[in-house]
Amino acid sequence: MITQWFFSHVDRRGGIVITLLVAIAVLVPLSNLLLPATSPFHVPTYLVSLIGKYLTYAMLAVALDLVWGFCGILSLGHGAFFALGGYAMGMYLMRQIGARGVYADPVLPDFMVFLNWKELPWFWYGFDSFWFAALMVLLVPGVLAFGFGWLAFRSRVTGVYLSIITQALTYALLLAFFRNDMGFGGNNGLTDFKDILGFNIQADITRSLLFATTALFLALAVFVTSFIVRSKLGKVLVGVRDAESRMRFLGYRVDRFKLFVWTVSAMMAGVAGALYVPQVGIINPSEFEPANSIEAVIWVAVGGRGTIIGPIIGAVLVNFGKTYFTAAFPEIWLFALGALFIVVTLFLPKGILGLYGTWKSKWTDRTARNRDAVLPPVAAVRSGHTPIPEPQAAE
Amino acid sequence: MKAQDTLLYLDGVSVSFDGFRAIYNLSLVLQSGEMRAIIGPNGAGKTTMMDIITGKTRPDTGDVYFNGEVDLTKHDEAEIALLGIGRKFQKPTVFESHTVEDNLVLALSGPRSAFSTLFHRQSKDEAERIREILDTIRLHDKRDWLAANLSHGQKQWLEIGMLLAQDPKLLLVDEPVAGMTDAETAETAKLLREIAKTRSVLVVEHDMHFVRELDVKVTCLHEGTVLAEGSLDFVSNDQRVIEVYLGR
Ligand SMILES: Nc1ncnc2c1ncn2[C@@H]1O[C@H](COP(=O)(O)OP(=O)(O)O)[C@@H](O)[C@H]1O
Ligand SMILES: [Mg+2]
Repeated sequence: MITQWFFSHVDRRGGIVITLLVAIAVLVPLSNLLLPATSPFHVPTYLVSLIGKYLTYAMLAVALDLVWGFCGILSLGHGAFFALGGYAMGMYLMRQIGARGVYADPVLPDFMVFLNWKELPWFWYGFDSFWFAALMVLLVPGVLAFGFGWLAFRSRVTGVYLSIITQALTYALLLAFFRNDMGFGGNNGLTDFKDILGFNIQADITRSLLFATTALFLALAVFVTSFIVRSKLGKVLVGVRDAESRMRFLGYRVDRFKLFVWTVSAMMAGVAGALYVPQVGIINPSEFEPANSIEAVIWVAVGGRGTIIGPIIGAVLVNFGKTYFTAAFPEIWLFALGALFIVVTLFLPKGILGLYGTWKSKWTDRTARNRDAVLPPVAAVRSGHTPIPEPQAAE
Repeated sequence: MKAQDTLLYLDGVSVSFDGFRAIYNLSLVLQSGEMRAIIGPNGAGKTTMMDIITGKTRPDTGDVYFNGEVDLTKHDEAEIALLGIGRKFQKPTVFESHTVEDNLVLALSGPRSAFSTLFHRQSKDEAERIREILDTIRLHDKRDWLAANLSHGQKQWLEIGMLLAQDPKLLLVDEPVAGMTDAETAETAKLLREIAKTRSVLVVEHDMHFVRELDVKVTCLHEGTVLAEGSLDFVSNDQRVIEVYLGR
């Protein structure tokens, strides 16, 4: 029953990826915790956290793909939603430190004591509770995205203008969070976390559990995105992407559809940010850097926009590359990234997954040529999408 | 009000773009159930007139009423579409990365909110209607094709199918046979006459053979205003119409 419902909302490829993610959510922690360090299958803790971090980036990429790949909204500010989710989590972690900080104030985080603040600002209330913080992880990016989208989509700001104001949004937040008097730790941000839900944040078990949680949430993000994209609403989104005004003449309120998917995407990015912070141990204003949001766009472009799975591959590959390059040849990383973007834009408009799709369609084309030479089969032109079977009408 | 008992009522409508008068003092009345052909040279303002009716362009002055009571100048594109005015564009605009069937699914009348589309499941009734339309527009065997792979004429037909799926009271059809073969043109005329049995249609076309086959009242536009109106023979014998067409 449930599996049937599940598989009617994801395609084969989505099903495989979700299964894989659930598998690594179980296997990686087991290997880290149970196998001896000498075993070739042992995953060391640093690697658990590193891959965990990549998976949060992958989740940001999936969120971005939902709006850009499927609805044509190129956000150059998605890092802002990621960072806001991260800050919400960071505030919870700060308050868990309690009296163990350098200044040993039972309520005030160190930076507030340092700034001579006497009491907790109102917007820090409630963050000692995990569930309140978890709610804020969704609400803060969600409400900001809703307000922003409400204004932008209703006034029909599209294309490059929209991209520019998303970039301005993240830049404005960057400047704001740099200020000490904003009450978010200024330049240094939030760090020196001690524990999360009672677990020591440095412990192997915590790291493994954080990894597992991230993999499961990424699987959930893939499912939610597949569900949206394969519904009739998803078809509307693609229609908006390809011919927005035509969609209006069919009677669809384009602004509302954009607002919906934009808000969902921002909340997904917020969750990714919240999972990122405990694994890297710090959140500071540099997460709002416009360059971060642009990097996320590159991950999606490299993997293949509009494919759900491609952005995950893109995010993981590019970040492996980044980790390697910034250690081995730090000075050329940015050039390599720029070159990668140019190559992908010019030669791989559909990213790595598109390349696979073209390769596959050439193959099916060749084998099918003699049978049906009029037009390439649909599945091939869809660059690897399988035709979507209609859900059964029977209840 | 004079607009009473009419389906579409335009009176004294004018619109300028940067000082250029695209539509000037245009008046046109369409009765319920009527099919009307609009002819006129390029740049006469035929497409702009459709833009005004569908809410894409706001007139500077003049009245535009639908069903005798709805002031179309006060509604946007999506609202006007939901009132029951469907439009086929001059340049066929189908959703190229969707299949033929999905194009019809999107056009099919029914709830259009984000929530209802997210949880939409196709009913037997809807599946049946799509099947019927696919038969009507003769694209049944191509239902799984991407619209991008259709020929120009097939895209025109798909767009007419999308209009049917919308189930509008009034269809605005802009140059439906542009780029069609003679056989396709004749088929399209037949199809439109069939459609006009149950709805009102406003069709813009250059092709005189086609207009003759439609066999309906004709309005000739020129420089944004009505030059002549009546049967095709009457209009095409009008001295000014001859000048406008031959003078070019
Ligand atoms: N949005 C616009 N901005 C400026 N000029 C326009 C616009 N829309 C139409 N026009 C002009 O109005 C005139 C009428 O155009 P149109 O309605 O497309 O003519 P037709 O469909 O009869 O060939 C043309 O000269 C065209 O250039
Ligand atoms: Mg025109």
